[in-house]
Amino acid sequence: MQRRFVSIWFRQLLADWQLIRRPELSGVPFVFAAPDHGRMMITGVSSLAFSFGVEVGMRAADAKAICSGLEVLDDKADRPRKLLRGLGEWCVRYSPIVAIDEFGMDGLLLDVSGCTHLWGGERGYLEEIVSRLKSKGYTVRLAIADTPGAAWAVSHYGKITPLIRAGGQVDALLNLSPEALRLEEPTLAKLKKLGFSQIKSFIGMPRSVLRRRFGEGFLLRLAQAIGTENEVLVPLQVAVLFSERLACLEPIKTKVGIEIAINKMLESLCKRMQAEGKGLRTGVLTGYRIDGKVVQVVIGTSGATHCASHLFKLFQLKVDQIRPALGIELFVLDAPKVDDVEMPQEEMWSSRPGLNDQSVIRLLDRVAGKVGQQVIHRYLPVARYWPERTVLNASSVTEKPLSAWRIDKPRPTELLNIPAPIEVMAIIPDHPPKFFIYRGVRHLVAKADGPERIEREWWLDQGEHRDYYQVEDEQGGRYWLFRSGHYDGEQKYKWFIHGFFP
Amino acid sequence: MFVVYFRDTKINSIRIILIMDGKKELFQKLQQDILLMQGFKPVSSVKAESIGLGEIENSFPGGVFPKKAIHEFITILPEHAAASDGFIAGLVAVLMKNGAACVWVSTSRRLFPASLSLFNVEPERIIFMDVQSEKDVLWITEEALKCEGLAAVVAELNTVSLIESRRLQLAVESSGVTGFILRKDGNKTASTVATARWKISPLPSENEDGMPGLGFPRWQVELLKVRNGNPGSFVLEWAGEKFKEIKKAEKQTVWPDLGARQIV
Repeated sequence: MQRRFVSIWFRQLLADWQLIRRPELSGVPFVFAAPDHGRMMITGVSSLAFSFGVEVGMRAADAKAICSGLEVLDDKADRPRKLLRGLGEWCVRYSPIVAIDEFGMDGLLLDVSGCTHLWGGERGYLEEIVSRLKSKGYTVRLAIADTPGAAWAVSHYGKITPLIRAGGQVDALLNLSPEALRLEEPTLAKLKKLGFSQIKSFIGMPRSVLRRRFGEGFLLRLAQAIGTENEVLVPLQVAVLFSERLACLEPIKTKVGIEIAINKMLESLCKRMQAEGKGLRTGVLTGYRIDGKVVQVVIGTSGATHCASHLFKLFQLKVDQIRPALGIELFVLDAPKVDDVEMPQEEMWSSRPGLNDQSVIRLLDRVAGKVGQQVIHRYLPVARYWPERTVLNASSVTEKPLSAWRIDKPRPTELLNIPAPIEVMAIIPDHPPKFFIYRGVRHLVAKADGPERIEREWWLDQGEHRDYYQVEDEQGGRYWLFRSGHYDGEQKYKWFIHGFFP
Repeated sequence: MFVVYFRDTKINSIRIILIMDGKKELFQKLQQDILLMQGFKPVSSVKAESIGLGEIENSFPGGVFPKKAIHEFITILPEHAAASDGFIAGLVAVLMKNGAACVWVSTSRRLFPASLSLFNVEPERIIFMDVQSEKDVLWITEEALKCEGLAAVVAELNTVSLIESRRLQLAVESSGVTGFILRKDGNKTASTVATARWKISPLPSENEDGMPGLGFPRWQVELLKVRNGNPGSFVLEWAGEKFKEIKKAEKQTVWPDLGARQIV
């Protein structure tokens, strides 16, 4: 399909916006100003102030001298982007791909390929946009061309017609000044110095010559305007491929009603996904209420799936979070993240139970949906000695251990997160204690094994080493004790209990 | 000649059956009938795979460790918890032999995953869920018990009520996943529908030939309550690879206090 682009240039974006907000300013010249290097510089000018000769880039003090009664309003740094975002979202009605003009930050670029016939051709399409925006109070200039670059150039600097026929962008550009190519200030100054006042004076030059003088960026802009180089627009709203809508005749207020709606949308969504071999990873259910508010719930799966009943169960956990208030009139179910589904071969071979089992994965999804992904842990061995660091949380359900679990050293089944201090009585240095007192209970040690010395990982943290003893008291309780540090005259060592053996 | 009375709940009347002397088959048949009425499926003709508990298995109806059931462990002290962890790990190792996974739900877990490999369990096949509230533990336990792809579910709970345990039992009956509940409250009178109630306490280990140091972990395994079985007390050791029974407990059956025997 022939690609067509529209560039919308808001000539006085800030001023128009201010006039819409505050109609009483219509008879007053006003400007926007922002502090820059300790002075107030003008960033936006109303048409009335413009007629007095006030321009963007002047100092506010100078402007006040030129034009008496000038109103200076404060400008915020990110205001144009916010305004353009709002206008761009409104413009989605004309084309699904709307991007902000990042170069000038005062316009929008629309990819209108295959959209214009809906408004009776390109002329009607442009007239519609202009008149709609004008009725709202924005003065705009539009142009339509095969490339975003050419459309931008003609909308800003074109004098003949905003409609550039297919393939006619080069002819349209020839008589325009170099500024129409969206070039940086130094390049423009260089062009001016060399006497290139129109694009036609340099467009035919060899590329190598232009590259040497003006750099690669210049060639890129030129190529983007002519159409030999592709320009990618970053859309404001990413179109979701898999999406379902359900409009309701009567507003839905009950849990049962919401569940029926979810079921209905999931059915058709899953059918579509199945046909394309895709599975849902993230699902977003949006409910538009009649009071204008929007309610939303999100689900996620650990593996792509197009099983409607499973997805429904995940949504069911979240239904309670939906507040229908007076009722929901429109449901939208989006699948912003989809993946290829691995076709299960359960039908042919009986599935091996394990972590990959479908039912286990669904259980994990439900738990993650209800309680949160952070509660699910699975541990893999790490080849280290410090007891707390010998296990590591696995990042995914399918991750395999890289090393074997060590079984040569005894480890307790119950390990305290933080070793608890105990009082001990040891007769001989470097021998297990005779007895120890933990939580006020005195345990007489009957048998003991050890010590097992575990050094600190000095590259991670500082501190004393630990000498671990495995002891058994007279009742048969088995404990893991350790002494932190060496025996020496200064009594710097301390005893701790760190775990319970089975 | 015997006269046996029993109440048939289906027709809600007393049945009287006369049994001739020496008819042991009839006795067995009747026992089977009673078990069936109480919800126990008849054991298949092929003896089910042993869980490796030796003599203890004879305490259960039919002489088979019930896999489709909830087992309850009383663990008040951390020593009990550690011993129960070891005992459960030994059982779960057998249940997980086919490669299935296990879920361990808790609010305050202290279990050290690396230690499970000493009990033939592959710790990476255990999914731990560490949640904040008891309510979440119960919810996850019930959901996990319904999940047929799992071998076992272990839940650490402070307390569990009759209704909650009944829900868990219903989930188990449909899926066949074995459930283990580690109860931290010592309230034995709290009646639950668990099939078996255990208490595992550590015993002093013994080394062969009086060698110094610690021997294999040894436990006093008390079976406080068994549905349709005989409670008892046993001494068991984890002999590196499998359970080993040390000596037969005295023939007399241990009758714990009335509350613990109460079968719901």
